[in-house]
Amino acid sequence: MSIFQMTKTVIRNLTGGPATRQYPAVPARRCPLTRGHVTIDPSTCRSCGLCSRRCPCEAIRIDKEEKVWEIDRMRCIACGDCVEGCPFGSLTMEPEYLPPVVEQCAAERHIITYVKPEKPEKKPAEESTQEEGAGESA
Amino acid sequence: MPERIIVPFGPQHPVLPEPIHVDLVLEDEKVVEAIPSIGYIHRGLEQLVQKREYTEYVYVAERICGICSFIHALCYSQGVEHIMGIEVPDRARYLRTIWSECSRLHSHLLWLGLFADSMGFENLFMRSWQLRESVLDVLEDTTGGRVIQGTCKVGGVRRDIGQEKLDEMHRELDPFEQKCRDLGDVFLNDETVKYRLQGLGVITKDEAYALGATGPTARGSGVAMDHRETGYAAYGDLGFKPVVETAGDCYARCAVRVKEVYASIDIIRRAIEEMPEGPIDVKVKGTPDGEYFSRAEQPRGEVVHYLRGDGSKHLARARIRTPTLANIPPLVKMLPGAQLADVPVVVLSIDPCISCTER
Repeated sequence: MSIFQMTKTVIRNLTGGPATRQYPAVPARRCPLTRGHVTIDPSTCRSCGLCSRRCPCEAIRIDKEEKVWEIDRMRCIACGDCVEGCPFGSLTMEPEYLPPVVEQCAAERHIITYVKPEKPEKKPAEESTQEEGAGESA
Repeated sequence: MPERIIVPFGPQHPVLPEPIHVDLVLEDEKVVEAIPSIGYIHRGLEQLVQKREYTEYVYVAERICGICSFIHALCYSQGVEHIMGIEVPDRARYLRTIWSECSRLHSHLLWLGLFADSMGFENLFMRSWQLRESVLDVLEDTTGGRVIQGTCKVGGVRRDIGQEKLDEMHRELDPFEQKCRDLGDVFLNDETVKYRLQGLGVITKDEAYALGATGPTARGSGVAMDHRETGYAAYGDLGFKPVVETAGDCYARCAVRVKEVYASIDIIRRAIEEMPEGPIDVKVKGTPDGEYFSRAEQPRGEVVHYLRGDGSKHLARARIRTPTLANIPPLVKMLPGAQLADVPVVVLSIDPCISCTER
């Protein structure tokens, strides 16, 4: 009889204890793949700009003259595309969520050390040698 | 003749998670006409396709809906892959199928909970959502996101599921199915649920077909249309039969969804058993030039992404027809004749997803 099915369920509910975690006492469930927030290691960043070009929501900005790497946490959707695209492994996706905020906050700034030199103009023949030189000077 | 009055239902209503507005013309307590209106949360996501690169738009497509997010991304990716002539690797097709069915599972369990809540069956609501949580945990373990998975991309998928995790999922399926069957048993056989739902919001097979109903709304009326039959992703390899009920009332639509939960578990089990080895993505080169109607089966029905590329890295046009939009005309047909107190149950029986509808 179906009515007893629900009765069984109710009895199991009453005896089984709560199904949810007692949150502040018991920490929230974690998993290593969770896309929490993006972090940068400024010492390995070579300001190639791939992350800011790949970002679908234009959250990342790189200013080569001021040597800053900025991320707007309010825009970032934590898709992880920048992390996958970074050729130097400077970006990592941390599984922790950032604490909530109640006001629009400014973009997070990081000072990066290395700035890739601009490619010389109108010298296609010398371009490859110039680039090699730039790589060594780093 | 009793006096007619108009009662506004929504856009803010305790039973509706999202804003849809229906003007109900009542005679005493009985609905004689329903006039729907939508457009409260339009976000302009179709226009964004002209401002984002075609590979980036997957993330936008995924955010059209918070429940069937993965299938939106899948449908969009399929469309672009078809335009560009990309062949997706087998393993990616199987992984897409597993995540699609996980999405369907958690969407149907969410809906069953909300439906039980609309009937006033609070305990059943909690039980459904408790089961849904375990599906969300699997999604988070395998993709990194609970509802926004972010794993589909043009040319394949972004993450693989390791053999260890697949085995673990396979082991957990049997106890999970038993729990779902216990839950479904209450929905299908409980006297109070039957008394509340049978004969409510009836729509016949011909009406459902003529009004363009899709998904469980159509299948609950005996229209055996399910886009998974056409065999996109890995459904062609796995074999699939649509779940059909013939009564056309709220109980039939509920029964379709309960049985689709069992069907989804079965598809996931077979997909894990037959999972091929190999790469999970192919390199995408070039830009889309051409147009395509991409279709996929969402928990609520069939979604259509019309995509047109003009050879640049931005698509020229995207048009998204979501299942709820197609299910609103059948809803308007279902409501007349219902009591005012039954309106929330009838409206929920089409599983309205307004974020999808207004994009």
